Amino acid sequence: MSTQTSTLMSGARMLAECLAREGVDCMFGYPGGVTLPFYDVLYDHQIRHILVRHEENAAFAAEGYARSTGKVGVCCATSGPGATNLTTGLVDAMMDSIPIVAITGQVTSKLIGSDAFQEADTFGITRPCTKHNYLVKKLDELPQIIHEAFYIASTGRPGPVLVDITKDVLQGMGHYQPVTSIHLPGYKVFTEGHTGQIRRALQMIQEAERPLVYAGGGIVAANASAELREFVQVIDAPAVNTLMGLGAMPSEHPNFISMPGMHGSYAANMAMSGADLLIALGVRFDDRVTGRLAAFAPNAKVIHVDIDPAEVGKIRTPEVPIVGDVKRVLAKFNKLLLETPAEPNEKLSAARRAWWRQIREWKAEHPYDAPVSDSEIKPQHLMAEIDRLSAGEAIITSDVGQHQMWAAQLCRFNEPRLWINSGGLGSMGFGLPAAIGAQFARPDKLVFSICGDGGFQMAIPELATIASHALPIKIIVMNNGHLGMVRQWQTLFYNNRLSAVELDAFPDAEKLAAAYGFKGRTIDKPWELAEALEEAVREPGPYLLNVKVTPFECVYPMVPAGGAIYEMVLGPPQPVAVPAK
Amino acid sequence: MLQVISLLLENKPGALMRVTGLLTQRGYNIESLTVARTLDPELSRMTIVVDADSTQRLQVIKQMNKLINVLQANDLTDAPAVIRELVLLRIHTSLENRTAVLKEAEIFGGRVVDSSTEGFAIEVTGAPEKLGEFIDVMGAYGEVEVTRSGALAIALEAKKLRLQPPVPTKTAV
Repeated sequence: MSTQTSTLMSGARMLAECLAREGVDCMFGYPGGVTLPFYDVLYDHQIRHILVRHEENAAFAAEGYARSTGKVGVCCATSGPGATNLTTGLVDAMMDSIPIVAITGQVTSKLIGSDAFQEADTFGITRPCTKHNYLVKKLDELPQIIHEAFYIASTGRPGPVLVDITKDVLQGMGHYQPVTSIHLPGYKVFTEGHTGQIRRALQMIQEAERPLVYAGGGIVAANASAELREFVQVIDAPAVNTLMGLGAMPSEHPNFISMPGMHGSYAANMAMSGADLLIALGVRFDDRVTGRLAAFAPNAKVIHVDIDPAEVGKIRTPEVPIVGDVKRVLAKFNKLLLETPAEPNEKLSAARRAWWRQIREWKAEHPYDAPVSDSEIKPQHLMAEIDRLSAGEAIITSDVGQHQMWAAQLCRFNEPRLWINSGGLGSMGFGLPAAIGAQFARPDKLVFSICGDGGFQMAIPELATIASHALPIKIIVMNNGHLGMVRQWQTLFYNNRLSAVELDAFPDAEKLAAAYGFKGRTIDKPWELAEALEEAVREPGPYLLNVKVTPFECVYPMVPAGGAIYEMVLGPPQPVAVPAK
Repeated sequence: MLQVISLLLENKPGALMRVTGLLTQRGYNIESLTVARTLDPELSRMTIVVDADSTQRLQVIKQMNKLINVLQANDLTDAPAVIRELVLLRIHTSLENRTAVLKEAEIFGGRVVDSSTEGFAIEVTGAPEKLGEFIDVMGAYGEVEVTRSGALAIALEAKKLRLQPPVPTKTAV
């Protein structure tokens, strides 16, 4: 119905028209009183609406959709509790810069402020949870605002945008005319990096003896992986990817040296600490990466490229700040590198060779620990087996905690948008609904949802959504009977006083899955692991595999809070020999 | 230290909340905040004084500029600018002090806006620190009650306002 003439229709239909014009093919939501007019339109509209079982999961699923494709994810909830339930997902998207648009219903504009049934100040509540938000009380503003929301969500540094729409706007009739342009005079999107700064940076790169590329989620958001690979190859520098950036460099790439930070690899953290030039691309110097700031990359000059000017210099003042779209900036770098190759310099080449030797030594000295036991399943063994089946090709989602860190350490990702996890906010219960969003967005992909037994139980309602659509998601519960990461901290820093971390009464996985009409199984023997995972992958529908692992394993390496990242604890404390009296 | 920020923002519902919310969220203390419409009724001018560490000053401005409704955020702390504040002061004073109070008010450029046998109501505008002195002096003559407007600032050099042009929507032809 995208004609240029105006058509008389309801606000709810205008909303659907605008969503369709933005290319929305699928959205996640939960209806309610004030969104009834919209759901009536959806009844026979081309947009596919996926009914989740809790609004928080609608936001997480929209994130999964967005994270796995780069397209804007859409979720919808009713007023009051529907909207408040969305907030965790909104903040999650905010922290990880994920483009989603949330539509919420609001009570009739005349009733706003009267404490009406299911009224909440959604606009006020979600202000700090979003990149921008709107309250629509006039029908003629609706189409414009919907398109603005998509533009804001998907451009610049992506993020969540919420549009709260009153019931009278959804019900009202008006003349709809497709919006052809939007005007946001105060919304600046920085795209081109400053050429002078790029030239300065280039010179520093060509003069550096121990350069290191530190690339993060910005590369994924900007779809700049190809440019990054070319850049890394041309300058032949080692590269680390942050938790949010995993897959930006293929895991098997010879220049890739894994993830830095609190549970990062020894080689990555030592490289960060030893580099004389840090080329920071689409990263925000997160505290989980830097450790104690004063001791972070102490010998390095910093080139920082980011699309958000507020990130450049927020934590670490760079020698060369470059504000711009990292894809375009890297393309410029690559072009200039081709045009002005470095002058041959034997001293510098020798230093570079020594740096690479050092990196390889670090890699060889302490690779990630992946112990295998013949009596019990080690969590690392589980991740290694999942990795074997994925071979860097599957989508893997996770929550937050030990399973997330082991998966990040031990699973390979050949391309971006395969590793989907809640990085900044660290939301439990994220992985399963995110997997739903990802599987809808990429039906051809094998999707593993790796959960802890804690996070899984937060997301259990979504088993119904999975069953309802027969989504072939492989739900792998790394079940250690505890809130593993909290337990790890209690063990290491609170004298092993395990307070409120034991998760007993976990449901029987086979029966639970059967109750929803799909297959499930519990295993606890290492020799069952490979075969059970293969069975899960072979199964055409959903599969719930509950893997009972060693309960008291800790994630290493670990940088204790407040420590420098080169002060890693590489393994459990060794028993100290007590001298005989 | 105190930082003076002048904001030009779209006069839209919630714009004030976005600014104050941002300041709270990022941990900056608001010393004062004034806001009113500009000549263009679609826009508002806000003067904010925040207590921010000197290393944080640029970050505050950058965060302000990220707000969609903010057209321009300027740091006037060290820029050529006039900063003024209005104080309304009511003083309760004895009959014998009345002349002295009037004299002092005159020194500070004050104007009596109400007079009674109990005392005066006086308005004074000036630089914020000057007003502090005025209030201190008045306090010596009797009991005072004070309302301050918060600082208002205007830059002495025009800064070019860079507005973004309209963009076509995705599916528009």
